[in-house]
Amino acid sequence: MKLSTLLATAVVALSAVLGGAAQAKEWKKVVIATEGAYPPYNLTQANGKLAGFEIDLAANICPRVHLECTFIATDWNGVIPGLLAGKYDAIMDGMSITPKRLKVIAFSTPYTQSPSTFAVMKKGPLANMPDTGKRVSLDNPAQMDAAIKALTPVLKGRTVGVQVSTIQADLLNKYFKDIMTIRTYGKTEEHDLDLYAGRVDLVMASSTYFVASLNTPQGKQAEESGPLFVGGLLGQGAGVGLRKTDPELKALFDKGLAEAKADGTLKKLSLKWFKTDVVPQ
Amino acid sequence: MTEIDFLADTMRRLLVGVPLTIALAVVSVACGMALAIALAVLRAGSRIAEPLVRAYVFVLRGTPLLLQIFMIYYGLGQFSWVRNSIAWDLLRQPWWCAILALSLNTAAYGSEIVRGGLNSVPSGAVEAARVAGMTALTRYRRIVLPIAMRQALPAYGNEMVIMVKSTSLASIITLMEVTGIAYAIISETYRAIEVFLCAGTIYLVLNFLLTRGIGALERRLNPQLGQAAH
Repeated sequence: MKLSTLLATAVVALSAVLGGAAQAKEWKKVVIATEGAYPPYNLTQANGKLAGFEIDLAANICPRVHLECTFIATDWNGVIPGLLAGKYDAIMDGMSITPKRLKVIAFSTPYTQSPSTFAVMKKGPLANMPDTGKRVSLDNPAQMDAAIKALTPVLKGRTVGVQVSTIQADLLNKYFKDIMTIRTYGKTEEHDLDLYAGRVDLVMASSTYFVASLNTPQGKQAEESGPLFVGGLLGQGAGVGLRKTDPELKALFDKGLAEAKADGTLKKLSLKWFKTDVVPQ
Repeated sequence: MTEIDFLADTMRRLLVGVPLTIALAVVSVACGMALAIALAVLRAGSRIAEPLVRAYVFVLRGTPLLLQIFMIYYGLGQFSWVRNSIAWDLLRQPWWCAILALSLNTAAYGSEIVRGGLNSVPSGAVEAARVAGMTALTRYRRIVLPIAMRQALPAYGNEMVIMVKSTSLASIITLMEVTGIAYAIISETYRAIEVFLCAGTIYLVLNFLLTRGIGALERRLNPQLGQAAH
């Protein structure tokens, strides 16, 4: 082969490769990252298989939009950098849609919305704190101030456990930093262990998480306490985390979710896993 | 924020964790070394202790440090009799759990290094000490241990360097040392590469200073080697 022919072939081959990449990506297979340790959103069964609300939800919406979805278990810590690095295409891990995260990634429409609250030991001094079970909105400063004022005498000097880089950690850092010592954990299960062991006085998480965790044999020693926080930095509920560069994929997930919401599937799954309706209104 | 500003800000925040990193390394290396010497001497001197020490080294060296930290922190806290004992005053604090795990782990490696040092003590020197009428204790203090530790120092320096890096595992039990802070910054900014680069630089500087210190100590303990040993 002559050199000129070789070069021409190379140019043709190269432009074919580049041209292909420049076209809008047609999605068929999608890898979704989840923690497998955030029940009831996602959990790992005794046989090692993933299960939970999000696993069921993906199994329902992916076929609706002709996607073949597979899950991959990933640490919560670093789940967003992994998405940006292209290790997977989507995140379904009870991840709340917040302004801070929206700067970095895109989200589908939300599929759950639930308040955040504290859990304490039933027999401990913090059971039935002020405003237990009452909704307090972070968007209402007067209401928030009153709630913090009521909680301050009970929580002064206590130690609270929370999962790192969650909206709950943001909430504690913003409103309770000067009142309590905040300890951050890699997984919610770890701060639960420290609650039972007495290393922390209380923990904070989403109330949907407590539905599952307080129902375990060990979890029965603990209960929810204090206000149900909503709004503000807590975001608009949890959605599928996606790269900003994949608008086609976001459109597919939005379509699937809208259909699942319209025909009642979302509510059915919510009742199955959370025992309550957490579908965003 | 520009790139340089971000790196400077990250560095400033990471440096807050340096005292904790150093404290964890220094305390656990000190406790670990004391235990390592005791274990090595026991193993060399006692028929009964020998298999026990070997079993200890086998278990601690054969399992991951990450697992040991988890077992001591989360595992022990599961038992109510542990929580009701006096030891719970220490074990309920993440700091002491980390020190315990790191010390026990480095002691296992360290005892093997010290054992190598003990084996290298010339039998003539021990014999001479015995002939001079020294008791076993004096012999160890004056002759055996100084020679053994001098021989063991290069390998032990290696172990110290590893320990400085091992402290990064303490972040999994809520201690906010350099790596713990790095994880927190990444979770805010999602910029893993830049933050880990800064954290890595800090460990590099710490270990540079440490290896320099060990090198100086080696030269001091081996004056006969002069400038050649560095």
